[in-house]
Amino acid sequence: MYRYDEFDTDFVSARVEQFTDQVRRRLAGDLDEDQFKPLRLMNGVYLQLHAYMLRVAIPYGTLNGAQMRKLAYVARTYDRGYGHFTTRQNIQFNWPRLKDIPAILEELAKVEMHAIQTSGNCIRNVTADHFSGAAADEILDPRPYAEILRQWSSLHPEFSFLPRKFKIAVTGAPHDRAAVQVHDIGLQAKRDANGNVGFAVFVGGGLGRTPMIARKVRDFLPEEELLAYCEAILRVYNRYGRRDNKYKARIKILVHETGVETLKADIEHAFEEIRHGVLRLPQDEIDRITDYFAAPAFAAGADADALDRATAADPALAAFVERNLQPHKAPGYASVTISLKPIGKAPGDATADQMDAVAALAERYGHDEIRVSHEQNLVLPHVRKADVPAVFEGLKDTGLAEANAGLVTDIIACPGMDFCALATARSIPVAQRISERFGTPDRQRDIGDLKIKISGCINACGHHHVGHIGILGVEKKGEEYYQITLGGSGDENSAIGEIIGRGFSYEEVVDAVETLVDTYIGLRDAPDEDFLAAYRRVGDAPFKEALYGTA
Amino acid sequence: MKALTANRLIDGEVVWLGRSGQWVEMLHSAWGLETPEAEAEAMAIGAQAVTERLLVDPYLIDLRRTEDGIEAVRFRERIRAKGPTTRPDLGKQARRETSAA
Ligand code: HEM
Ligand code: SF4
Repeated sequence: MYRYDEFDTDFVSARVEQFTDQVRRRLAGDLDEDQFKPLRLMNGVYLQLHAYMLRVAIPYGTLNGAQMRKLAYVARTYDRGYGHFTTRQNIQFNWPRLKDIPAILEELAKVEMHAIQTSGNCIRNVTADHFSGAAADEILDPRPYAEILRQWSSLHPEFSFLPRKFKIAVTGAPHDRAAVQVHDIGLQAKRDANGNVGFAVFVGGGLGRTPMIARKVRDFLPEEELLAYCEAILRVYNRYGRRDNKYKARIKILVHETGVETLKADIEHAFEEIRHGVLRLPQDEIDRITDYFAAPAFAAGADADALDRATAADPALAAFVERNLQPHKAPGYASVTISLKPIGKAPGDATADQMDAVAALAERYGHDEIRVSHEQNLVLPHVRKADVPAVFEGLKDTGLAEANAGLVTDIIACPGMDFCALATARSIPVAQRISERFGTPDRQRDIGDLKIKISGCINACGHHHVGHIGILGVEKKGEEYYQITLGGSGDENSAIGEIIGRGFSYEEVVDAVETLVDTYIGLRDAPDEDFLAAYRRVGDAPFKEALYGTA
Repeated sequence: MKALTANRLIDGEVVWLGRSGQWVEMLHSAWGLETPEAEAEAMAIGAQAVTERLLVDPYLIDLRRTEDGIEAVRFRERIRAKGPTTRPDLGKQARRETSAA
C-alpha cells in the first residue's frame, strides 16, 4: 500500500507550518487578500458561495481505513458532518472556517494526507485508474509511475507557476477508466513484445470552454524515459503556452493552434536535449517505488462457491454483484464499487458515519484498502468473493448498497450553484431528480449502461462533454437553462458530445432526458446494445425528432 | 434597491451591511440602499472593513421587495442568502432565529 517516504513527511509538515503562519499573517493583517489568495489556493483552500472550501488530495485515489476515518473526523469536527468526493480523486469539505484550516491540515498530516497540488497553476495531483493493482485486465499497476511523476512535479521550481493548471492521468489497462485522453498528459502503460514497459503518450486533452480529445504523440515511450519526456512536454508548453489569456493557456490550445505535428517535433527536440540526463529513470528507483504499492497477500480461502450460493438465495445481492463487482486479477477476489449515488441523493457525498463504516469494511474485508474513483464512487479493490455478502450487508446498514454502478442513476455532478461561486446553474438537484425519475431497480437495469454527467458552468468539472448524455447548466435571462449533449465518452474511445439542440429549463430538463432514454429503448437493436452504441449507430436524428419534433 | 454583501474573512460566512453599520448574517437585516449616496457610503464602510480584516471582496447586489420583506434579485444571491437548495438542513435557512439580530 502506498506510503510516503520520510522526505515527504518533512515536506508536508513544513507546508502545514508555512500555511499556518500564512493564515495567521492574513488574520493579523500582514497579508491582504490579493497576497493571500494565491497562497491559500496552493493549499487547496477556495472561497465558495457560503463558506471556504478545502480540497484534500487522495493520491491515485488510494487510501486506507485510518485515512478514511480521519476524513470522517474532519467532517464531524470542523465541517457539517459530510464530505464531497470529486471527479479528480479529491475530497472537498464545503464548510470549514479559515481559522480552523491549519488545525485540519495538521490532523490530515498525521495520516500522511494534505492539500498540496489540488489547486493553482501547478501540476495537479496525478490521477490513476481506481482499479489499479486489482483489475483483471490490467497490464501493470500504473500508480508507481504516477508517484514518480508526483515526486518529480511536487517541487519542480520551473513548474510551480505554469501558464495554467496541468493535469496528468495514468492507466495500466487497455480499458481506460482514468479518462486519460481528456487530460493535459495522458499515459497508457503497456508492454512491448519483449515484455518491456512503456507508455502510449497523449497530449492536449481537456474539457472546459474548449473541449478537446488528446492527440497521441508517442505509441511506446520506454519507461526509463518517462520523466524526461514529460519534462520536454512541459518545457515546450511553458515556453509557448499563452499567458495572455487564461482561457487559452491550456496545452490543448497549443495543440490546436500550433498543430500536433509541429508540437510533436518541438517535444522530440526538447526531449533529445535531456533524454540522457538526470531524468533518466534507473530501474532500481522504479523498483523501489513499485514496492510502495505492493499488493497485499491474496489468499482466496477454500469456499469458492460461497458467493454463488448466496446470490442464488438473495436477488438483491445478485443485483449488487452483477453491477458493482469488477473482475480481479487474483483468483477468488473481486473489486467492489461502493456507489455514492443512493437514489435521490447528491452524487459523491458521504457522511462522516458512512466514511467510518466504509473504513471498517475495508479493514475487516478489504486488506485495508479503499479507492476513490473519478466517477465519484468509492471502491474496495481487494475483497474475497466469499466476503462479498458480508460487505453488502455492511453497506446496506450504512445506506450505500445501491446496485447502480454504471447505470443511469450513477450520475456525475459538480457542486454547481448550490455551492460553487463560479456556477451559472445548479447541477446537484438536476442529478437528484434524474435519479428519482429512473431510480426503480427494474427500470435502471432495463436501460443498462448509461453515463449522465452534469456541470454547473462551462468549466466542466462534471465532465459533461464526455457523458453519453451531458448536461451543462447555463444562465439565460436570469434563469437556469440546460444544454444537452449526446454521444460523449471518456474511455479509450473518447469523444466529445454534440449539442442536440436548444436547451431546457430547470423544470423541463428531466423530461427531456426521459424522452432521450425512451427513444433509445425504442430503437435499440437488442437489450444489450447500450445507449452509446445505439447513438453511434443511428446518429442524432431520432433523438432530435423526439425532443423537438420534425418541423 | 441594493445591499452590500461579502464573505467574512475568518470563517467565510456570508454577511450583509446592516442598517446601523454592523455586519449581519441574515439578509432580512440588511440595509436596503435606495440612493447612489447610500451605495457610496456602504462601499466606503465595506472598504474600511476590508482593511480591518473583517471581510473579503464586498460587492453590491440588487434587492427587491416581496410580500414578507426583501429578497435578492439574482438566483445566486438568493442561494447565498439561504443555503444550498438541496440541503435545507445547511446554511442560514437551517437557523432557528428569524428576528433581526
Ligand atoms: C466548488 C469548487 C470548484 C471550483 C471553484 C472549480 C473550478 C474549476 C475551474 C475554474 C476549472 C476550469 C479550469 C480550466 O479550464 O483551466 C475547473 C476544471 C475542472 N474541475 Fe473544478 N472546480 C470546483 C469543484 C470541482 C469538483 C467538485 C470537481 C469534481 C467533481 C471538479 C473537477 C474538475 C475537473 C475534472 C476539471 C477539468 C476540466 C478540464 O479538463 O478542463 N471541480 N474547475
Ligand atoms: S463546473 Fe462550474 S459550477 Fe461546476 S464546480 Fe466547476 S466551476 Fe463550479
